[in-house]
Amino acid sequence: MSDALLDVITLVSVGSHPMSARARRAEQDARAVELGLHLVGDRLTVLHAGNPYEESLRAYLGMGLPALHVLEQPKGADALPVLANYLQEAHVQVVLTGTQAETGEGSGMLPYLLAEALGWPLVVGLADVESVEAGYAQVLQALPRGQRRRLKVRLPFIGSVDNAAPAARQSAFGPARRGEITLEDVEVVDDLLWHEAALQPARPRPKRLKVIKAKTAADRFRAATAKATGEGGQILRDVSPQAGAEAIFKVLCEEGVIR
Amino acid sequence: MADIIRRDPHAEWIARNRLHPLHALIQTNMHGEHARWMGPNGIIRKNPHAALGFSGPNGLRRIDRSGSQQGGAVRRQGEQQASQLLLHRVEEPAFIIAVVPDLIGGRLSSHDRDLLGLARQLAGSSGAVLAVVFGEHRETGFDIAGVDRLLQLSGHEYEGYSPEQRVVALRAIEGQFLPRHWLLPDSRTGGGELGRRFAATLHERPATRVWQVKEGQCIGRAGAGSEDLARPLPKVVLACAECAEPVSEARYEARAVTLADIHSLRVLARIEDMGAVAVDPARVPMAEAEFILSGGNGVQDWDLFHRAAQVLGATEGASRVAVDEGHMPRHRQVGATGTWVTARVYLAVGISGAVQHLQGISACDKVIAINLNPGCDMVKRADLSIVADSNAVLQALIDLVEAYRRGEQREAA
Repeated sequence: MSDALLDVITLVSVGSHPMSARARRAEQDARAVELGLHLVGDRLTVLHAGNPYEESLRAYLGMGLPALHVLEQPKGADALPVLANYLQEAHVQVVLTGTQAETGEGSGMLPYLLAEALGWPLVVGLADVESVEAGYAQVLQALPRGQRRRLKVRLPFIGSVDNAAPAARQSAFGPARRGEITLEDVEVVDDLLWHEAALQPARPRPKRLKVIKAKTAADRFRAATAKATGEGGQILRDVSPQAGAEAIFKVLCEEGVIR
Repeated sequence: MADIIRRDPHAEWIARNRLHPLHALIQTNMHGEHARWMGPNGIIRKNPHAALGFSGPNGLRRIDRSGSQQGGAVRRQGEQQASQLLLHRVEEPAFIIAVVPDLIGGRLSSHDRDLLGLARQLAGSSGAVLAVVFGEHRETGFDIAGVDRLLQLSGHEYEGYSPEQRVVALRAIEGQFLPRHWLLPDSRTGGGELGRRFAATLHERPATRVWQVKEGQCIGRAGAGSEDLARPLPKVVLACAECAEPVSEARYEARAVTLADIHSLRVLARIEDMGAVAVDPARVPMAEAEFILSGGNGVQDWDLFHRAAQVLGATEGASRVAVDEGHMPRHRQVGATGTWVTARVYLAVGISGAVQHLQGISACDKVIAINLNPGCDMVKRADLSIVADSNAVLQALIDLVEAYRRGEQREAA
């Protein structure tokens, strides 16, 4: 399946464990690396913009990569222009990313802004790349409710990967130690967002109260004791099985579940 | 002269006397507008026989104050209430708040309604809420959801997966209506993607996963959800479900507006939609399956049931009884004691509807029941119930769907 000339870059970030908040490989980025390894094996380039001395980056190397490239940036710098510059000159056909970062702003805008800056098409929720030929890639997109959609997209393109993509392989300790992290000094661009925005610990969201706007006591009583019943459902009695089946079929077609 | 109150003692006497031959005639006059009148001392009088209660089976008027009244009069009142909501009209809006609802299945979801509620808050009394709808829809309640202006863009170019085309349309709307804010649902079903694409073409940094908007500031989740990001409200806002209360106090116009130049909106799509891929419905997790065929105690022929699920392309589910009997595996059990399902269409075959089961399907949109007992709780819950033998109906349904598929193939060939 994999084209010999296909070049793929996966963008990775540093994640955070949901319970302990320790730095780890980001879940979706690891899936993007896995997809890249499926496509081109260890010819995959893995790119990170940030602190090259972060220990958890080595978890990506432990997935079987010889090297990881880092564009060195301090915390709070804007990764977008740096990555866009790098990708413009990298001559790759496919760029893979996670859907959103686990630390920092985590707006999930990076793939969209990169696609806009480079003028490349963007596929969201990439589940699999089926084939790459003649300047086009045929890919599977993951939809909610376990569904899939086949798309044909022009190369080069950016694909963002969510939790529907194949699960990432384990990270092994030895390759993680042996792997090489290469540095590149880049221009530091300040992220303007932090001039006006501030991070704060997440507050629990208020629970929505069930407000009963009944005007009379009888209405309030009815609202408090109501059973879960649909109002005015249609009941067909004494019909032939064919007529009943037709009524059901009509509803199924209206709802668009018969494919 | 007009303010002298004149009484008709003869008519009043007839109205009091149920045995008078003209009583029924007087009674009909007392209904509706004549149910209230000014008494001789200027006090408003009500006719309790006309205004309250309903006619019982023996023709006697019954007033039931327990709250479980089933008579026609009460239902009619409920219908009137929707139209009695005050109509809010904005002729010359000072500014526009644009909303792009998801419209899953062609109808406003609760997420969409919350978003329209937020838009209403931002619009206040002088602004107008503009809802942008792509393709066909089946929603009739845009007016009570808080939509002042409705812009529908239909055409084959918006069918299927067409994010680039839709972004171009949104940019045209941006140019024509100059909305102060754009609100989209931050959902996986389309709004999150469309909003981010649109914001990227505007070179805006949208506020994402927003759950609170207050006094020009908004708070949204950041990172993996352990932090919040507080910032001034930007132009494009992608909001979570329950970001605001939905509209319930008033009715709005939902006046149709059009886009000036629709024909120049065509773009050359770089992403081509090649259609949905057949997914094995048995491998879709039941909690997120879209269409579930569920069997219970009333199913006798389980082979037929499995064949029906296969032909319909439905994920299989079962009630607790069917699982306990060993007809279905435990992980297929639907209900509070099994899996809580979120299917859009739930077809229950031979399930009477225990409370736990009804709880488990409370998130389902359309429920269809096939049952022999018309009085069971599942029939009360269902939107469509067929009171018939399940085997015969399933067999007829299989035949119908197979005939439909064959007909489709012949058309395609």
